[in-house]
Amino acid sequence: MSTQASAKGIGKVIFSSSLGTLIEWYDFYIFGMLAKTISVQFFPDGNETAALLSTLAIFAAGFLVRPFGALVFGRLGDLIGRKYTFLLTLVLMGGSTFLIGLVPSYKAIGMAAPLLVLLLRLIQGLALGGEYGGAATYVAEHAPEGRRGYFTAWIQTTATLGLFVALGVIMAVKNNMSDAAFNAEWGGWRWPFWISILLVGVSIYIRLKMNESPVFAKLKAEKKTSTNPLKESFGKKQNFKMVLLALFGAVMGQGVVWYTGQFYAQSFLENTVKIEFMQNREILLWAIGLATPFFLVFGALSDKIGRKWIMLTGMLLGVIFYRPIFGTMLKDADAKEWMQENISIIKSDTITKYPSPANNHVIEVTTQYKNNSGNIFTRISADTLLLSPFPVRNEVMNDSNPKYLDKILSTPLKWKFIFLIWVMIIFVTMVYGPVAAFLVELFPTKIRYTSMSLPYHIGNGVFGGLVPFIATLLTATFTADPLVGLWYPIGVAALCFVIGALYLNNKIDKEIND
Amino acid sequence: MGILWMLIAPAVIYFLIAGAIQNINSTGTKDINKPIPWVIIITIFTPIAVGLMIFGFYAVKGEYDKLPESSEELN
Repeated sequence: MSTQASAKGIGKVIFSSSLGTLIEWYDFYIFGMLAKTISVQFFPDGNETAALLSTLAIFAAGFLVRPFGALVFGRLGDLIGRKYTFLLTLVLMGGSTFLIGLVPSYKAIGMAAPLLVLLLRLIQGLALGGEYGGAATYVAEHAPEGRRGYFTAWIQTTATLGLFVALGVIMAVKNNMSDAAFNAEWGGWRWPFWISILLVGVSIYIRLKMNESPVFAKLKAEKKTSTNPLKESFGKKQNFKMVLLALFGAVMGQGVVWYTGQFYAQSFLENTVKIEFMQNREILLWAIGLATPFFLVFGALSDKIGRKWIMLTGMLLGVIFYRPIFGTMLKDADAKEWMQENISIIKSDTITKYPSPANNHVIEVTTQYKNNSGNIFTRISADTLLLSPFPVRNEVMNDSNPKYLDKILSTPLKWKFIFLIWVMIIFVTMVYGPVAAFLVELFPTKIRYTSMSLPYHIGNGVFGGLVPFIATLLTATFTADPLVGLWYPIGVAALCFVIGALYLNNKIDKEIND
Repeated sequence: MGILWMLIAPAVIYFLIAGAIQNINSTGTKDINKPIPWVIIITIFTPIAVGLMIFGFYAVKGEYDKLPESSEELN
């Protein structure tokens, strides 16, 4: 029985698997990207229970439920097969995403709103935990020998392309309406959730037409499937030690490199560098679009020279270059430096606030400038009008701590930033492109789905997902260094590099049908 | 090196607990000031740290000196 697909067949397998996985990532991302609006609609300020549910929605979905989903669906995939399991995860993900878009706001139904959103978000996390292992295994078990890295790299592009599609859809919707219409109770922010049902419908239709993985089907026909995949994966030392090696020697570092390049970079540009909302997304879209083909390049290269050193080189480059790259972005967009140049005022508004007749007044001056190089930025300064006695007699300009925001970079500087983000996504493609083939080859068919899903989701969901939390923790502890948050991904990637270099094997396992 | 991996695990848990004690603050507004994220993170990190200790133990025992070359060796 042939266990490998023809060239045309493998194309169909890749397309149907990747499309579904891409949609699952899209579904997962739009929640995070619309978090501010979702928070206003479902988790209003001032309500402690709603705030608690909001925190649970953010942390539990990524950290607790994703690895749990990997166990639940990994087990199912090894018991009943890959096809029906990743069909189920797609239905759960698409259904819960669509329903989030239908939940009435807190204003309309009270506490039921955040509770429903939390429940649906947890289902999303569960489904995501089950999807990836199934898709990667399914493609790998169809792929011809010697090209497994290249073909599974298509699955690896989906996490990045899902982000690309999510960004694109949100920007397209936002560009076609006012902010008020977008943020309204039943406004445009719900559209990306509703669009999901169409995408999922198409993907389910395509996946229904697929056959079971030939390798798994053969195993099932011979009645050699596992009866207890969880016990065999984690209860047997010979396999469990490989699960640990996969986690600490490869996936842990891959997770932080992935998260830092694609997500932390975006939040750094928005919250620390203060790049304007749309330009920030534009920079990321260009960088992702230009870097995505490299998943395939490194996947294919790993078929020739092995997986290990490509992945570890990606981690090492991250360790060496994260601080210089982030530092360059911070320095190049330093508006205080721009203020020293010849600048022109584009517009200026002054608002005077009168807290009470007896108090000093506060005037807030918002000025938009353009510097010689074409960079535009907004400066907000709060000054005090001393009242002694009333009416205003003395004016004291307490201009000590102005805020600089909404920076729109000039075209050359914007392209420099695109290049820097692109470089970091290239590191992502190095660690992420070959990793599916690496994991598939590490475990036997009968427990492959279970064994590879758990380390993958701990590496990405837990180690990667913790990047912003630990970065905030480090920034709050060591306030002098704005780049101190990077020591977490640098440390984890360095540790993973050493473990991987010492213990991983670079040999490609050509026979995965066992 | 296996001993080093075994030592890193409790150190990570210690720093997480110390970080939680230092940063949980009812007046704070950041995620690091709320108890729930810390409870979730420490809960999920404890078994991972135990896993790192077991990994270190296996490394000390030489379990990774020769990796299996076929699935038969894993059965």
